[in-house]
Amino acid sequence: MSTVRVELPQHLRQLAGISGHEVALEIDAPVTLAAILGALESRYPALRGTVRDHYTQQRRAFLRFFACEEDISLQPLDALLPAEVCDGKEPLLIIAGIAGG
Amino acid sequence: MSSIRLLIGTKKGAFVLTSDGKRKDWKIAGPHFAGWELYHLKGSPADPNRIYASQSSGWFGQQIQRSNDGGTTWTPVDNKFAYEGTPGTHQWYDGTAHPWEFKRVWHLEPSLTDPDTCFAGVEDAAMFKTTDGGKSWHELPGLRTNATGPDWQPGAGGMCLHTILLDREHPERIVIAISAAGAFRSDDSGATWKPINKGLYSKMMPNPTAEVGHCVHHIAMNPATPNTLFMQKHWDVMRSDNAGDHWTRVSGNLPTDFGFVIDVHTHQPETVYVVPIKSDSEHFPLDGKLQVFRSKSGGNEWEPLTRGLPQKDCYVNVLRDAMSVDTLDDCGLYFGTTGGQVYASPDGGESWSAITHDLPAVLSVEAQTLP
Repeated sequence: MSTVRVELPQHLRQLAGISGHEVALEIDAPVTLAAILGALESRYPALRGTVRDHYTQQRRAFLRFFACEEDISLQPLDALLPAEVCDGKEPLLIIAGIAGG
Repeated sequence: MSSIRLLIGTKKGAFVLTSDGKRKDWKIAGPHFAGWELYHLKGSPADPNRIYASQSSGWFGQQIQRSNDGGTTWTPVDNKFAYEGTPGTHQWYDGTAHPWEFKRVWHLEPSLTDPDTCFAGVEDAAMFKTTDGGKSWHELPGLRTNATGPDWQPGAGGMCLHTILLDREHPERIVIAISAAGAFRSDDSGATWKPINKGLYSKMMPNPTAEVGHCVHHIAMNPATPNTLFMQKHWDVMRSDNAGDHWTRVSGNLPTDFGFVIDVHTHQPETVYVVPIKSDSEHFPLDGKLQVFRSKSGGNEWEPLTRGLPQKDCYVNVLRDAMSVDTLDDCGLYFGTTGGQVYASPDGGESWSAITHDLPAVLSVEAQTLP
């Protein structure tokens, strides 16, 4: 079991009623994007459909995933994440595309 | 004494405005869901404290929020809107076939009798319904799978189902409108639908009188006369006296008959309101003068209502769901603008004042008259 840190965009923190920038999730190995997103949606049901599509389970177009200063958005959802993310030293960043308005 | 609650959807959140029956002094609460687009909020006629809200974002998709306390607190409910079966295709802007894709909920219409039942009009155009207070939504597929569906096409704002009218006298009747497909009616609670566009003329279409393809912007109805419908089309103001079976143009002496909103006086079914907009390429009032036009004769003869509205340098728009009426004895009217103003008239449109000048762009206005 690993404690993984996930940083979320403000809109999603507001939607889920999360205070602070991060949430900590307990994840069974192997730690993958799919496992983290599953745990996130299980703990915060309001986030279902907001990070990945309800039906295709694919990342929404204007969101990206970063870990250890690397863009991992295009990695398969079942790829293993860096050790620093798995052991909670670095957060998984879910970043919304920058736009004005 | 009765009071008024206005539910305001904007580009950056929802606001709840309240006043007593005098409608002079207003309190503004919000923003709720700050930073999100709120296309529409509407309260249940059966329980005014039950309110449904459509919250969406290009980044994070669709949410539906529900309040049980008049908009003070909210709870997210189900946000899955899945087309039933194979979605099929409609026309894209260039005339090619394009698959149906869910984008957002434009309009929520709670049941007249059951607070847990609500209809949702969505883009790409389809009807959904919940009977459990939003815990789950299911499609009424008879609309989308109508034989004319492959000929529907999006307007500039998308292929949206934006108008839903329910009828106490005919509980199984539902009238809806889609841009740019036209108006449709079901007489069996949404199981089957037929286009009701006879009499419409849209010169931008290859066949201006085609059965579907018309860009209907909004339809309004006085509940006391449900067979009489008033329509603001892309161009043209229309009326029907047989629940949409046939339409007649009633633009009359309007200075321009392009516009988005249309509404009907609560107690005078032949008194109709529109806000003329210059043209389809210039979405602002004519000559920089914000004017509501009223017809007391069910159309054709219109008079401008300007007292209290800006009469120079005004270049805002009033979007299709951004006008509403209350049900007090002296009917109140309300509308919001893309400039963030919300205007109120406590006297049927004779005089207007701004409740607020400074909200984000207003997408929708719904008035609730509370006991």
